[in-house]
Amino acid sequence: METDANGMKAPVQPVLRVSGLSKSYRRKGAVWQRTDDVIVAASEVEFEIFAGQTLALVGSSGSGKSTVARCVIRLEKPDAGKIWLEGTDISQLDSRELRSLQPKMQMVFQDAATSMNPRFTAAEVIEEPMRIQRQGDKSARRTRAKELMQEVGLSPQWADRYALDFSGGQRQRLAIARALALKPKLLVLDEALSGLDLSTEAQIANLLVDLQAAHSLAYLLISHDLALVTRIADTIAVMAHGKIVEQGPAAQVIASAGHPETRTLIVSTRAAQANLFALGAAL
Amino acid sequence: MNLPDDNSVETLARVDSLSVTYLPDSDQPVRALDHASLEIRPGELVGILGESGSGKSTLAAALLRLLPTDARYDSGTIRFRDRDLLSLSESALRRIRGAEIALIPQDPALALNPVIRVGDQIAEVLRAHVHMTRRDRRTRVEELLAEVGFDQPRQIYTAYPHQLSGGQRQRVVIAQAVACRPQLVIADEATSKLDASLQAEIIALMREISQRHRMAFIVISHDPTVLAGFVDRIAVMYAGRIVEEGRTEDIFRRPLHPYTQALVRLSARYLTNAGSRTRFAAIDGEPPNLTSPGIGCPFAPRCPERMQVCTDRELEETTPQLSQRVSCFKYGN
Repeated sequence: METDANGMKAPVQPVLRVSGLSKSYRRKGAVWQRTDDVIVAASEVEFEIFAGQTLALVGSSGSGKSTVARCVIRLEKPDAGKIWLEGTDISQLDSRELRSLQPKMQMVFQDAATSMNPRFTAAEVIEEPMRIQRQGDKSARRTRAKELMQEVGLSPQWADRYALDFSGGQRQRLAIARALALKPKLLVLDEALSGLDLSTEAQIANLLVDLQAAHSLAYLLISHDLALVTRIADTIAVMAHGKIVEQGPAAQVIASAGHPETRTLIVSTRAAQANLFALGAAL
Repeated sequence: MNLPDDNSVETLARVDSLSVTYLPDSDQPVRALDHASLEIRPGELVGILGESGSGKSTLAAALLRLLPTDARYDSGTIRFRDRDLLSLSESALRRIRGAEIALIPQDPALALNPVIRVGDQIAEVLRAHVHMTRRDRRTRVEELLAEVGFDQPRQIYTAYPHQLSGGQRQRVVIAQAVACRPQLVIADEATSKLDASLQAEIIALMREISQRHRMAFIVISHDPTVLAGFVDRIAVMYAGRIVEEGRTEDIFRRPLHPYTQALVRLSARYLTNAGSRTRFAAIDGEPPNLTSPGIGCPFAPRCPERMQVCTDRELEETTPQLSQRVSCFKYGN
């Protein structure tokens, strides 16, 4: 990851660097048990993401990828390890200290509907983070919200519509507009493309690619869909049982598939596609 | 393929020009189904492909007469074997549901009662429809559990839903659906919450059951890859209409409707172009608002091959290829 596509020297400092990240959860044992079960959700996780780059964290359900995302965005406090956001270690900061750093990193969830206040209009959804961070006055925030709607492909004329009256794809655009409101450097996209219709998924993937190019955003993309992330990620990190078992440039990980877990993911992706091949689908 | 070629004129179920409108209290009426027609033959596997809001689940619910109370059947008929489903009483319908037409829902976690052992929940279906002793029922449920792939049906019988994995719960729900050997099973996005390898297992299981008992399946999905290895025929839905229907290989090899063509292209997820950040060939725009359907083709605003006529005249279905019907002005009309 020394150079970007144009052969230019990439910035030396990554937007995000994670090192030795570990997190385990304690599941309360039954009353007759003396000890609690300890579930290691993430263990010694290491990676870095530069501006304008995407790292895809892939793995089957339960592999620990969402735990890593939640630690990075600091919804969880890691047990060990460091998380540097533009050079500042945020792994142990308390919530008050985190507040000033929050504009730099934002998260987009799978289910946009549950991440929005149902009483909010589209504009209010986008304005909320600016309001919390006390950015601009009311009219400046409204202007910015409309700009953002335009940028993510929503008509600014819909600013006063309730967020829940939008379709699934439009709500995901709204969630992305909200995430962009504070001009972040890093977006954590936790299955943000899952559960959408095919045509919507492709639209949102294209939107993310365009926004990344326009704003040099760094993406941490959490997904179970290897085929989808392969096209839009620069780096793929494969997770299994809380560990990153393979990591490298997307093309290389797909081509060499050094770890059994990677091969399993590739085989199941190909198996799903095999039927299309067999039918000689018109592509 | 298990098309019943020996008696291909025989029909199990026939939906004819069915239109359904939802009439919510506080909102405008929504035309969810618009003159949809579909025929299912005994033992046949038919796929319904469509994105959210296309009407595919409304069609499935209509076949079970399970539409919500704010839905109105505007026109059309639904025949199942020799009966007219739209004129049957609720008690007659209850004898059909589960026994002759069964449903495999999307989310088994919601379909199963969390505080009842899964074996008893399968037995309950048998108790409602089949006259048999308690002991026979227990044996029968264990056989069903074995049929859907459990090595130790006795242990599974006494398990509670939360003790099973997602894939195991889906198998239990399948056992429940096929318990009374219905002639028609409707699988509504039955594999869409499972990961790729589990999805393949569950599809293989449903195919096997269909073939063994000559059960017809209607498989509803938004994902063309699911249907590709599963069904004999596919009906593509858009904005409450069936816009194209044909044999599975024809739908994938020579899709006629521009919407089907775009969906087939999008479903091809080869592990190529890694790291290229190439844009996807997306379909621009959004499906139309079904509260005020306009004239002509509902896909026209998003269609790359739109012509003047598309929004000027009402569409009619044509059959440009043998056993493949389409609603598109490109093919006459």
